[in-house]
Amino acid sequence: MRTPCISFSCLRDAIDAGGTPPPGCLIGAEHLTPLRDLLQGSAIASGVENLRGRSVLIASADPFLAALALIELDGLARRMILYPPDLALDHLPYVMRHAEADAVVSDGSFLSGANLSSAKHSVCAPALVPRVHTSQDRLATEWILLTSGTTGRPKLVLHTLASLAGAISAGESPTEVIWSTFYDIRRYGGLQILLRAVLTRSSLVLAGPQEPVATFLERAGEAGITHISGTPSHWRRALMSPEADRLAPRYIRLSGEIADQAILNSLRSFYPDAEISHAFATTEAGVAFDVRDGQSGFPASTLTSTPGVDMQVVDTTLRVRSSRTAQRYLGEDPPGLKDVEGYVDTGDVLELRDGRYHFQGRRDGVINVGGLKVHPEEVEAVLNRHPQVRLSLVKTKKSPITGALVVAEVLLKDPSIAAGEQARALQQTIKQFCRESLAPHKVPTAISFVPALAISETGKLVRGHG
Amino acid sequence: MNVRSEILEQFKQVAHEQGMLLAPLSDELPLLDSGLDSLCFAIIVSRLETALDVDPFSQNQGAPFPVNLRDFISFYENAVH
Repeated sequence: MRTPCISFSCLRDAIDAGGTPPPGCLIGAEHLTPLRDLLQGSAIASGVENLRGRSVLIASADPFLAALALIELDGLARRMILYPPDLALDHLPYVMRHAEADAVVSDGSFLSGANLSSAKHSVCAPALVPRVHTSQDRLATEWILLTSGTTGRPKLVLHTLASLAGAISAGESPTEVIWSTFYDIRRYGGLQILLRAVLTRSSLVLAGPQEPVATFLERAGEAGITHISGTPSHWRRALMSPEADRLAPRYIRLSGEIADQAILNSLRSFYPDAEISHAFATTEAGVAFDVRDGQSGFPASTLTSTPGVDMQVVDTTLRVRSSRTAQRYLGEDPPGLKDVEGYVDTGDVLELRDGRYHFQGRRDGVINVGGLKVHPEEVEAVLNRHPQVRLSLVKTKKSPITGALVVAEVLLKDPSIAAGEQARALQQTIKQFCRESLAPHKVPTAISFVPALAISETGKLVRGHG
Repeated sequence: MNVRSEILEQFKQVAHEQGMLLAPLSDELPLLDSGLDSLCFAIIVSRLETALDVDPFSQNQGAPFPVNLRDFISFYENAVH
């Protein structure tokens, strides 16, 4: 039976609400903070009340500090912008301008050297100082999440606490729940787990910045985590660690990538006592549904039997309408996020086989490498700059480790170099050329030289997808 | 085709291409201490599929994931045979 969704005007109200269990703890790699301490104390030494009504960008290497800041600022700030640690600071001015950020909370070093313009800069630290209360008013804080865009520039996605928490129900567990996640909490998948922990009064174990997998697994095991989430790629890496048996989870959640049958089988075999579910959620569409039958894909009936979520498959692509979807995009000429009926087009292509839908990838050809999106056009633009490349086509190749890999077909200006030692040397040269301007997961892992690439009547490359 | 030598060659080749410092290869070497990240392993598995015509990770029906280099080689040797 579904329990009612949780509704609080802000996260601190959820911590302050009476009842059992008492609020849990936030456990980072080096620090632990009982959530209840955030009612009387503040991690923002210069005074969190000074940030009331402001649009605040939160940036830190350690997700623990970011978590403290966003719990404190929800209901107090006009906006919170969650800057992911892996996003280049080159994008900071664009993000601050379009999110109208007039304040920044950082760990004191993450943004060193960055131009913060006239924004008020506060430092967040694990040692709490007494909190000065000046107002009980609650603002409906807007949450801005950043996700990758076609040109490499991030998209700014606007949520509220209500839309982010729409899929979170009151805890049903008679025993203590301790959450953990392989995700960073600045990403939608990780933020879901932070909110679950705070709203259901559970503890949460967070990975530290650059913390080795084995160390994190050992720490999570010692903390006795019961519930844990990650992408299939996170889980494949965890299962390759000798420390994977430190965990004894009751519940395992996969999201962020297609969960294939092999990883579901491996998890079932390794953690036979755990309930395993895989969820479909995106930053824009929110949490749509989860699948708990241990099979990849999802039953066709899910489209019509998921309470509170309307779904359609239009031209093989999934569209979602619910109170959990984001409100809109911010940014330069932001595209519409929903159609006139309120549906978000996820761009995820489905195929129906034997009564189950299976995800086939993205209509726009976006490649998901271990949860990191790659837009083919960005890679092709780099390939095409190489002096010996006439034209290129970037495609996806399935991977049982990272879900997908980037590969490329290249039409050379000199087609006589199609094979042999000379061709192999040139492939290496072109890959090295790509490495100089692309992140490692975007560099084609294989390049094949082709005699021709198909061009449509409109002069565009003919792509295999869509 | 010698499975072991093909695997060792791919470890070295991919580490070199990706600019990773590969730990000395021994049977007991934990894979996560090898110096290779998930992307490197994905590339290795992709190339081994071409070279050996098997992909034991995709075919996996619940067998334990390899944890050290010996497991990894056995994983492939069992699949090839």
